[in-house]
Amino acid sequence: MLNKTLNIAASPHITRGISIVDIMRNVVWALLPVTAFAVYAFGLGALMLLITTTFSAVLTEHVLCRINRKESTVSDWSAVITGLLLGLTLPPGLPLWMAFVGGVISIALGKFAFGGLGYNAFNPALVGRAVLQAAFPAAMTTWHPAFLSDRFSAFPAATFTLPFMEPATDGLTGATPLTVLSLATDGFTGATPLAAFKFERITTETADLALGLISGSTGETCAILIILGGIYLIARNMMNWRIPVSILSTVFVLSGIFYLTDNPIYPSPFFMLFSGGLMLGALFMATDTVGSPITPAGAWLYGVIIGLLVVVIRLWGGLPEGVMYAILLGNALSPHIDNLIRPRVYGTTTRENSHASKAFIRTIRQQPENAPGDGQHRVDLRPDHRTDLSGHTVTDSPAQGRSAGESDFQGHSGNDHKKDISD
Amino acid sequence: MSTRTKTTFLAALDKSPPTNDFIKGLWRENPVFVQVLGMCPVLAVSNTAENALVMGLATTFVLLMSNTLVSLLRAFIPRQVRIACYVLIIATFVTMTDYLIQAISLELHQALGAFISLIVVNCLILGRAEAFASRNTTGRSMLDALGMGLGFTFGLLCLGAVRELLGSGSLFNVVIFPDHFQEWVVMMLPAGGFFTLAIWLLIFNAAKKSKD
Repeated sequence: MLNKTLNIAASPHITRGISIVDIMRNVVWALLPVTAFAVYAFGLGALMLLITTTFSAVLTEHVLCRINRKESTVSDWSAVITGLLLGLTLPPGLPLWMAFVGGVISIALGKFAFGGLGYNAFNPALVGRAVLQAAFPAAMTTWHPAFLSDRFSAFPAATFTLPFMEPATDGLTGATPLTVLSLATDGFTGATPLAAFKFERITTETADLALGLISGSTGETCAILIILGGIYLIARNMMNWRIPVSILSTVFVLSGIFYLTDNPIYPSPFFMLFSGGLMLGALFMATDTVGSPITPAGAWLYGVIIGLLVVVIRLWGGLPEGVMYAILLGNALSPHIDNLIRPRVYGTTTRENSHASKAFIRTIRQQPENAPGDGQHRVDLRPDHRTDLSGHTVTDSPAQGRSAGESDFQGHSGNDHKKDISD
Repeated sequence: MSTRTKTTFLAALDKSPPTNDFIKGLWRENPVFVQVLGMCPVLAVSNTAENALVMGLATTFVLLMSNTLVSLLRAFIPRQVRIACYVLIIATFVTMTDYLIQAISLELHQALGAFISLIVVNCLILGRAEAFASRNTTGRSMLDALGMGLGFTFGLLCLGAVRELLGSGSLFNVVIFPDHFQEWVVMMLPAGGFFTLAIWLLIFNAAKKSKD
């Protein structure tokens, strides 16, 4: 008799020594320069905003875990990232109570409603931002100017608005024509470059955009630091580089084509690339491992779709910025992309005889009890101990519930891998 | 509702005391939170508490009248054409309600729009006619209609109150919050209806679960 029991488990069977916590902590580190620059550019208001969103996200995660009588998952850092990312996408002068509501919505609606980490179909931070955008459109498009001289001694007027009250205005915010006029020279104004271009046709110097000498959401201004953070994560193999590369190149190529038509309504591709939330979105939001496709080809397709949507919304939409909606739509499509593009399981089909193999698979599928007749691909398909073609023993139960037969040959696609990593 | 559940459901009802017919619609079989029936008006006209109340009462009236008439006529309606008969009865009362609201308050009628006419296709009403009134005595059918109608009104009010409170800071057009209230625009939009409904369903399911 065997002393050992055979351990039969669902894939993945080979894991790297990297845990969720490792990845999450590294993402936080990658975001730290961006965060520091945000505080430097926008002062105390941004600091309070980031603290509020992070605190509310972590608190919500803890409370919901307790309500569900589960062990608190706060220590895996994912809630910290959600809160931090949400704070980085919000306007720096936003009332703190709205930021708090956003953090609660991100975790409760964006994450826990779907089942927690690994099941969130959409990027939680963007869900929170989308709800805030729909609920408070005025406050969410009021941009606090960057690099004010008193930014380390005074808070933006709206920051400490009482809960449920309308934010006060201090006369500094908003894209009035006057402030927009000065944008071209110094960029120290309340209008975001994208809004200035959309409504006033004023472009901003690419260097200013890349260095973050502009107004905008708290963490989206300094493109260079965002790229550095992204490169760090890619170098540590903790981010799928195909997604940001395909998003950014799609945006660059498409807007380049339109720019060449010489129509003044189309901005230069460099402006498109470095302005708004595109960098932050492409590198830190779209790459959320739960909401993005798992295959390389799927990741490319996903990136192209998001890039396309960004260009369409920015150039022809009513809003100046569309990265958030583009990524949320991309998240919604990614399960379908995963269904469409499936990896070839080793030994099943080859490019040369894929038609023949498909026909073969179809044949054995119709008579699962009998060995196939053509003699070349003899596989034991008895349901009690079936071997899938890559050599793993597969328990029978997971396959039975599936309607379309193909899934058996794919191994376990999708979700199991995705539980490991997120955000 | 499948035939099997319908019959077991009816068998259970027949043993229960008549007061149960009234009570069950309010809570245990609440049309909005338990049966999740008639979601079209629930989501569409629950943007203010006033709209929700009027819609709920209009539905209750139609439900009461149609249940009464259907149970009175249940021996005469041929089984093969029963749905058509029920729809005719319901449509009659819906038309009456439509004119009634128009006469009382044109403003309210315009706020509710097509949704008053759409009571005719509210599956709650047809459902009660088919599942209850066509097999029960008139008295019990009336009690059932009242319970279900008030339960529906209660559900609509739950949504309407939250949406009006957050969406415009008032309740039944009475301003609750002081000046400079920040309105949650999303609550007035259809998305707000879905969010609110989801949260109420969550609360009801949690309450039910903890009771079991």
